[in-house]
Order: sequence, then structure tokens, then C-alpha cells
Amino acid sequence: MRSTGVNRRDVMKRAAAASLLTVPAVGALSSCASGGGSEDKTEKGTKSKKNPLGVKDNAPLTVYIFDGGYGDKYAQYVTDMYGKRYPEAKATQKKTTKISQQLQTKIIRGKPSADVINNSGADDMTPGTLVKNGQLADLDELLKAPSYDDPSTTVEESLVPGMREMGAFGTKGCYQLNLAVTVYGNWYSERLLNDELEMEYPETWDDMLAVCRKAKSKGIHGWSYPGGHPRYMLFSMYAMFAQVGGREVIEAMDYLEPNAWKHDAVKSVFEAFEELVAKKYVLTGFDGTEAHTEMQTAWTKGKCVFVPDGSWVENEAKDTTPKGFRMAVGATPSLDKGDALPFGTLYSPPGEPFLIPEKAQNVQGGMEWLRMMYSKDASRNFFNEVGSIPVLKGAIDGMKLPPGTESAQKAITAAGDNIVIPFFKEWYGQLFDEDFNGVMGKFMLGDMSVKQAMDTMQKACDRIVKDPDITKVKKA
Amino acid sequence: MSTEIRADERPPKEGESGSTGAQKPPGRLLFAAAVLLPPRFTPQRVRYDRRYRTLDKYRFIVGFLAIPLAFYGLFVISPFLQAIYYSFTDWSGGPVANFIGFDNYVKMWNDERFWDSTVTSVTLLVVAPVVTLVLGMFFAYMITAGGRHRKGQAVSGVAGSSLYKVVYFFPQVLSVAIIAVIWGRVFNTNSGLLNGSLDLVGIDGPAWLGGEYSWALIAMLTVLSWSFVGFYVVLFSAAMGSIPRDIYEAALLDGAGRSRTFFGVTLPLIWDTVRTGWIYMGIQALDSFAIVLVMMPKHVLKVTPVFLYERFQEGQYGYATSIGVVLLVLSVVFSLIIMRVGSRDRIEF
Repeated sequence: MRSTGVNRRDVMKRAAAASLLTVPAVGALSSCASGGGSEDKTEKGTKSKKNPLGVKDNAPLTVYIFDGGYGDKYAQYVTDMYGKRYPEAKATQKKTTKISQQLQTKIIRGKPSADVINNSGADDMTPGTLVKNGQLADLDELLKAPSYDDPSTTVEESLVPGMREMGAFGTKGCYQLNLAVTVYGNWYSERLLNDELEMEYPETWDDMLAVCRKAKSKGIHGWSYPGGHPRYMLFSMYAMFAQVGGREVIEAMDYLEPNAWKHDAVKSVFEAFEELVAKKYVLTGFDGTEAHTEMQTAWTKGKCVFVPDGSWVENEAKDTTPKGFRMAVGATPSLDKGDALPFGTLYSPPGEPFLIPEKAQNVQGGMEWLRMMYSKDASRNFFNEVGSIPVLKGAIDGMKLPPGTESAQKAITAAGDNIVIPFFKEWYGQLFDEDFNGVMGKFMLGDMSVKQAMDTMQKACDRIVKDPDITKVKKA
Repeated sequence: MSTEIRADERPPKEGESGSTGAQKPPGRLLFAAAVLLPPRFTPQRVRYDRRYRTLDKYRFIVGFLAIPLAFYGLFVISPFLQAIYYSFTDWSGGPVANFIGFDNYVKMWNDERFWDSTVTSVTLLVVAPVVTLVLGMFFAYMITAGGRHRKGQAVSGVAGSSLYKVVYFFPQVLSVAIIAVIWGRVFNTNSGLLNGSLDLVGIDGPAWLGGEYSWALIAMLTVLSWSFVGFYVVLFSAAMGSIPRDIYEAALLDGAGRSRTFFGVTLPLIWDTVRTGWIYMGIQALDSFAIVLVMMPKHVLKVTPVFLYERFQEGQYGYATSIGVVLLVLSVVFSLIIMRVGSRDRIEF
């Protein structure tokens, strides 16, 4: 901590012991109310052509990887690369599913236990708050450094667009960098849709309803969603908001404008999905905390046609996916001819965030690790391990792609500039994780009307506007 | 120590206690010094003073209590005080925590999400102890006194009671997280043990954790009671075991049946234990953090500690601590009510 007085520091140190407390609520908090900071950061090494970030070659490096759908083998490849390049540095990698629990308190105490953090999963840390408190390192230096494979282009130039924006959080810096391009949309099996139902992918909502009707006649549900995580519905609805009403609709959501969620475009998209529910096209009953896995298993078994999902699904569901399933993703259908953006508009942000704590022992090493992650070798290895599209441009050109990824690649190409990213989801996590989640939980069971859904979302939006504890991102 | 002194050498002027000005009482300063001195080095003038006995007694007590109390102050009281302090700040984990008065509490008052979660928590606080304690008491009674009369004994447990005692205690051995994961599977809508069994008898089971609040509440109560009932069976069995057999014999001779014996003899005699158990279970139910966090989908049911935890995850530490303080107040109020409501004359036996 930069300007903390001695007294306060002493008070806080005493509180570190408070985690022994038995009353859980108060105890949990007090254990974090501990401060003081070490200033024993690793000195920088000397910068050179081979070492543009000035990494100290014997400084240890610790990397924490979220142990989710991607596993951690892809990262071990990068850590090994680092170990080979800097044999005197002790590069260690750890994995966890509880990023926040394992790391956040130590960051607050000013003694982060990790140099690079893969801040992902249901228990991720809220990056906006960390940025506001100056607890994350600005990665601008890395973006401007020469890329690993080609010194004539910078790291930033070698990656897909949107990287800097995703890490800005309303500042001029960049505090988070992502690894993979995620394609969200309506995922389906070409075998089921094209061969068994003998239909084409629906480009309009009327066609969508026709597919569902035909599926129902064969005893198959047109749709499903994970009832335990109903927020997945955004993956299929978001691009439609933009498609129907244009970019100003989704910008209003990002900047928490009054009546953002009461726009006519939002209304008509909700109404479209209400029809799916009313006609009982939706397969329900995946209710636990493992709901998404259960839903995906039912889907790969052919019990439903479309599911709202992201491109991680191909890897996550690979154990249950039968041969010849031909997984594919479709962009969201157009509602009618008056749509503002064409069919093919795609919800596809760079995802899987990495960050470096400001007080990390080895910030330069952390950036070097990320630079290596954005190398062609590591990107191709990442793709081989998890099947997701790396953010490094052209990394997987010429490789043989599995069906889902190939389809995702095609969707990105088809979308062109019509890529939409819900920043509100990054900036105001609770709006998505809690409020949208709660609304869709009721809406998809038919327990909430379109009007109620829009009102509840708007109310949540207004609540965040009024909340002094939430840092708002202003329109640039 | 003081008795020893008096036995050895009585003060010579003991008999002349009425005489005035014979000896000046020792000064305060001397007394303060005597606190730290062992008796043999304490001046006689102080030692023979009337007040020295009191000093010696309390010095003895303080000697034993000082260290534990210091630890208690350091590890329990001081974090509480700090939490209360932080609840009046806008601390978000950074170097600055501004004092903002009651703003966090005002925000809480206006936060519907807080009220929603608190209604659930208070419901659990009221219902869970009743369900769990009644069950625990019933099982304990059957184990200690519910069996047929055998071998001339006034009371005995049902057949296999010692086995039951162990079986009921099993859930206590499991970690809460494991309990929550297991029950999450049991309540699974499509493939859970519960709906699977219902299916066998031709009933279409509900979506326990699927969005319907009342089913989720029933599920929560089931898990809470299941996981804690064993503890109370053991607790109450022990309390019942300490009731003298002759009281039961007397009741039996008077022709009391099982339920009459229970309400007339057993319950009044273990009332103190019941009250303690009630408070303990209430606080467990008010918490129920881990079970909800692991087992419940976010949108279905939320208790206050989980709501607090989410604010904490967002870095709203000031707000989160103020919720913690409210929880603290809730548990204290609950304990006081139970103490007041449950206080009866103690029966000595």
C-alpha cells in the first residue's frame, strides 16, 4: 500500500489473526481487514533485444491457473517455456477452482502469492475493484513490447482487436488480457438438425419456430438451458438485442442508461423467447450446480436441438459427444426485416482473462510469461489442448480443426465487424451473475412476464447507478 | 496462602482490635506493590490488613484468567470491534477507508436483496431449531428410555439403541461441503435419489432446487436437520442418562406411560440442555453458509451470509462488514430471547 500510516498498518496486522474467529460472517471479513505491504519487489533485469521486458533471470515466478474447462496443461507448456528460457528462475504453476478465495485476500494485504493469475470461473475476483484500488499492474508495457515470434510487430498488433478495451475498465491503461476468443450463440448438432430433422440452420425467428415445431413432432425439444445457471440465456439473446435495435441498445446497457432494458428491441427479443417457453419447446430440469454439464450431456444425446453456450463447450462436452455429432454454432436469428444489424452479428469477445497484481514479486516475469503465452507455439499448443481459438491472429491457420471450432471460426469470419461484446458483464458482474440470472430463472419457467423481466432488469440497473460502492465506467 | 499465614503466627495485637491509633493502616501505594509480591515478601503490616484477603483472592483468580482473557480479547473481541469500525467505512480493499457514518446501513435498509435473503435466514433461524431439536429429543428419548421394560430395569432404550447412537452421529463426521455436495445430488431433478425413489412409486418429483422457493426451503431444512440431528441425539442422550433411575421408577409406579414420563419427568429435567442446544442450533441455521453456497443455485434461495459473501467478492468490504454486524446483532437478540423465554426454575437432582 502506497501511503499507509504506521498506526493503521499495526491495527491491520493484528486483524490477520482474526480468521480463527468462530462467528463466520464477521470473522471472514476481519481476516481480510489486514494490511501492510512488503516492498521487497524483484528488481528489474536489464532490457535487451532478447529480453525486451527486462526480466531478472533468476527471479522466481508463480502462476495460478483456474482449473476449469480448459484444465491447466496448456499453461504448463508456457511455464516450461519460461523455465527453459530462464533456467535459474524457479517457475512454478498452481491450479485452483477458487481463484478469489485463494488469492484475493493476499492481494489486498499487499502480498500477492502469484505473479500471473488466470482470473476465471464462478469464483473469480471482480477486476474493476482491483483496478480502482491500484492493485493490478498496467500491462501497457507488454502490449507495446515486440511480439515473441516477430520483433517487428508489437504484442498488441499480433492479437485480435478488442484486447485493450476488454482490459481498460474505464481507465487509459490495460489491466487484464485474455487468451481465447469465445464464440457465443446457439450451439447445435449438424447431424441432428440437417440429417435427422432435414432442416437448415434458421436465419429468422420464424424459421427457428418451424425447426422447434418439427423437432417437437419427433419428440425432441427445440431448446434447453441450464436451469441451475439460467444466465446462459444471455449467450443466445445478447446479439439479438443488438441485431434488432442497433448498437445504441447494447451501449445503453453498458453505460447503465435510464430505460436501457425497456427498449423495444429488448422487449421483442424477450417476447420471442417467451414464445419458446409458452409452446413448451424448452427442455427443463437441469437444476443443480452442475446444471450445465447435465444439459450438455442431454444435448449430445440428442434430446434437444439448440443450447445457449460458448465455444468452450466442445472441450467440456467431449467425453459425451458421440462420433458424427458435428457440433456447430449458429449466429442468432433475425427477428424480422426491420433489424438494424444483419444476420450473422456475433457475440464474440476475447475471453479467459489473465492479470498481474501490482505488488507481485515478479511483475516483469509475469509479463514475459504472458508474452510467451501469446507466442505461436504456445497458442497452437493451447489450441491442441483445449480446442479453443487463441487470440493470436492466424495462429491456427492450416491446422485441422474439430467441427465446433471450425464452425466458430467461420462465424467470426462471417460476422466481420459485427462483433458485439457486453461490457456490462465485465464491469458490473452482479448485473449478469445475480440479476439477469435471477430474472431468467423465473422467465424460462414461465413464472415471469416480459414486462416484469424488463422492469426487474431496469431496477437492478438503477440500483447499480445509485450504489456508491460500485465504480462506474463513463462513456469515452 | 493466607490461611497458612494465619495459622503460623497470629498478629500480636489481634485481641486489641478495639484500641485506636495502635497501628496505621498501610498506604495505597504499598497495597499496589503487594499485588506483585509473594506473601512471604509482603510486609506484615499489609499482610495482616483486613483487605489483604480480598486482594489475595482476586490476585489468584486474575493469575489464571489473564492469559485466556488476553487471547479472547485479541482473537475474538478485537476483530469484532474492527468489523464494527469497518462497517462505518467505504473500504473496498484499497489503502483508503473513508468514514461514511451510517451510509452502509441505509444502503442495506433500501436493498431488497438484503431483505430477501434475511427473510430466508430468519425463517431458518426460527424453524430449523424446532424441527431439529424435536427430532433429536425424540430419537434420544427412544434410545435412552423408549424401549420395553426388561430385566427389571425401570427404563431402557429400544433394541439396538447403541448402534443408532453411532449411526445418527455419522453426519457430524462429514465435512459440511461434502454434505452439501451429496445432498445436491440427492435433490437432482432428473437423476436424484429422491426423485428416483418417488418415480418408483409413480410420483413425479418436484424440481427441488429448480427455482421454486418453497421446495428449496424444504430442501434446506432437510439438510440442516439431517446434518445436525445426530449431535443433539448424543447431547440429549447424555442429559437424559444423568437423570436418576429412581425418578423414572417412581413415575412408573404411579402408572405413567411413555409420553407422560417424557413430558412430566424427562423434559423438565433436561431443560437447560435443550435451551443451550436451541441457541446453538439457531446460530448454525442463521449461518448455513456453506450448504447454501455449495448446494443452492444462486437464483433459487439465498441466506444473508451468502449475500454478504457476494458483496465481499465484489470488493464492497465496508458494506459486507455492516451486513456482518447485523448478523451479529441478530444472533445476540436470538440468544437473549431464548434465554428469556426458556428460563425456568432449575430442578436439583
